[in-house]
Amino acid sequence: MAKIDALISWKEMPLGAHVDRPGSTVDFKTGDWRSQRPVLNREKCIYCGLCSIYCPEGCYQDMGSEEKYFLADLDYCKGCGICVHECPKGAIEMVVEEV
Amino acid sequence: MIADDLKNFKKITAKTIPQDEPLAPGHRACQGCGEVLALRMVLKAIGREMIAVSATGCMEVCTSTFPQTSWRMPWLHVAFENAAAVASGVEGAYKVLRRKGRIADKRVPIVAIAGDGGTADIGLQALSGALERWHDFLYVCLDNEAYMNTGIQRSSATPFGAMTTTSPPGKKSKGQYTWKKNMPAIAAAHGIPYVATATPAYHLDLMNKVRKAVTIQGPAYIHIYSPCPTGWRMRPELSVESSRLAVQSRVFPLYEVIDGQYILSRKVNKPKPLAEYFKAQGRFRHLDEVTVAEIEARVNAEYEKIVKLAGADGPPESEAEKSE
Amino acid sequence: MSKRMGIEVSLAVSEAVKLADADVIAAYPITPQTHIVEHLSELVADGELDAEFIPVESEHSAMSTCIGSAAAGARTFTATSSQGLALMHELLYMPPALRLPMVMAVANRAMSAPISIWNDHSDIMAERDTGWIQLFVENGQETLDLTLQAFRISEHPDVLLPVAVNLDGFTLSHVIEPLMMPERDEVKRFLPAYQPVLQLDIARPVSMGMFGIPEIYTETKKATDEVLRNSKKTILAVWDEFNRVFGRRYAPVETYKTEGAETILISMGSISETAMTAVDEMRDQGKSVGLLRIRLWRPFPDEEFKAAVAGAKIIGVIDRCLTLGSHGNPVFQEIRSLLYPLSDRPQIFNFTLGIGGRDATRDDFKFIHDRCQTLTQEGQDRFEMVGVLE
Repeated sequence: MAKIDALISWKEMPLGAHVDRPGSTVDFKTGDWRSQRPVLNREKCIYCGLCSIYCPEGCYQDMGSEEKYFLADLDYCKGCGICVHECPKGAIEMVVEEV
Repeated sequence: MIADDLKNFKKITAKTIPQDEPLAPGHRACQGCGEVLALRMVLKAIGREMIAVSATGCMEVCTSTFPQTSWRMPWLHVAFENAAAVASGVEGAYKVLRRKGRIADKRVPIVAIAGDGGTADIGLQALSGALERWHDFLYVCLDNEAYMNTGIQRSSATPFGAMTTTSPPGKKSKGQYTWKKNMPAIAAAHGIPYVATATPAYHLDLMNKVRKAVTIQGPAYIHIYSPCPTGWRMRPELSVESSRLAVQSRVFPLYEVIDGQYILSRKVNKPKPLAEYFKAQGRFRHLDEVTVAEIEARVNAEYEKIVKLAGADGPPESEAEKSE
Repeated sequence: MSKRMGIEVSLAVSEAVKLADADVIAAYPITPQTHIVEHLSELVADGELDAEFIPVESEHSAMSTCIGSAAAGARTFTATSSQGLALMHELLYMPPALRLPMVMAVANRAMSAPISIWNDHSDIMAERDTGWIQLFVENGQETLDLTLQAFRISEHPDVLLPVAVNLDGFTLSHVIEPLMMPERDEVKRFLPAYQPVLQLDIARPVSMGMFGIPEIYTETKKATDEVLRNSKKTILAVWDEFNRVFGRRYAPVETYKTEGAETILISMGSISETAMTAVDEMRDQGKSVGLLRIRLWRPFPDEEFKAAVAGAKIIGVIDRCLTLGSHGNPVFQEIRSLLYPLSDRPQIFNFTLGIGGRDATRDDFKFIHDRCQTLTQEGQDRFEMVGVLE
């Protein structure tokens, strides 16, 4: 029997190959792309939110007005370093991921 | 009337940036992609109650690998050159279905999203038709200055002198040999109510322009300068900074054209040297000083044209502020 | 109550679209389709049809706009010919793949170059692989009826495929024919408002037009192929219902004096009417000949075709376009490969007629019949272009 490289049976193909699960790329963890990750020095953070605004992945989470900092979701962080570069207080540092 | 449309317009401030992410993470955009950052800001400004129509390109491919989608609103992708025509069909359908009482009588923003290729080149006809027919929709051009998704080939939005795979520097070439096509002016020439330029480094400016554009009835066009680390041969962490430098060096002026009247969003009295903008980008590395000076002269001349059209002064550039 | 009237067939298409209460019409003018869209424009301008008439700036945009409209849940119509259809080509693959219903009238016209505004089938035959349901009509009544039926077939939840209704440009589109024009109420009973299965709706955000990696592309095509084949069931059911409501019966293939015929000629579109007259005259001369007209081209009606030609010794297939450089043209190729497995397969010959609007006469059909009697399978190594000046 010839090898089949298919994902699903044609009988399970949804109508028009439309995807009825909005935002389902959350299942795809792009965090394993990176070779370095952002690490926050909370003492320097002024809770300005620029890291969160400028993250192309939108993976910074607001930890709230009590905690007053933003945290990168490492499931998706690609390690681009924009947050490090844009932080007005230099509060974020890139750390090389261990192999 | 634009004034009527904007009567209850609520400006987005640093404290009121919407928290929701209408574009889900897990998309396959490159690290540091300035275009997906721009797209994320556009969608944040509008919210999930909109219909997105994408042209083929980076933003479409990266967000829609079956069976996953990043889009948290209804989304349709058809082909490369027809985002505006497809959006016209959605808009026309919504108009008549509302009128016939088959769907709720509620205005839902329809937004066509395309790259510079899908807008200024192969998509120009469809865009012109849609603007002329006065469809009530917003067209967003995410401009990373080349056909990036197919591997960095030149477009008519590629800046003079830039290296791309189809405008490579060589013994007989200095890179892109024509000046960047002025898409906002072409859109404005259709006499539409709202045209604007924006870039991610000035995020509040961008989001407010987007929100304004979808609030105004009729066709609107926004041109967003979107750095591409991959295509521009640049370190990914510099995307936002190069977006800022583009404005500060006058390469990409920020303005609106409202009912034909140019309004500067930001006056750049003391521009940063063009070399500073070019420095981080490998695509300009081959240019000699003489060429850079020629380009700089033209950049300034183009900027002055906009200032003249605007007539009045816009808000001044502040050295201290990096963003709003 | 239906009313008998004389009307230009193009306008009958427009009237059908009006009776169907279409929502969106996006079209670009091209000879000889122009009267269809002009009249629709008038109907909308006068408020006789409540629709958005979108005067797009090209046929490529026409089909793009139709796709957007259908995705948004509107009953959608367009019309084109020749170069216009060709300009839509890359998009024609989309509605079947995206399962978007719509109806398109094609006023068949020859493809350039040289530029020709006259009738043949080279435009639609280039689109036979796209996945559209494709129908051919012969006269004004059929044109009206099949356009109405097309909406019903297209929007059926088991189908959700676009339908192309082909009428010969000028030779059919521009003639005035007598026909029975139904009333809106009758049509409304036959064709209720479109109920989309999936549409662009903020209440249920769906992504349409996904990026299809090799691991899924094959299965999407298999799924579309199955739907297209199975749509024949719906088409037959709709034809049944149409007959019940309006008293006119349609079938995938129509036979004319084929009982006991040794030679059967195959035609599509309005030249069939000329062919039928030629068959009458040949029968009067004692020739054993009949005509089969193909109405349903895609999905191809294998069983009905085979049953209709069973017993014939010779089949003369008349193509209205050319597959340059090949031994046979599209309709011939379809039929020959269909009948190849039969143990007692007939001899099958291929002729072209009426290319680029050249007239097709009764004498041509008689010529074709007589040629079939003398040709051998080995002898005809390529299609014969009837009437070409050597």
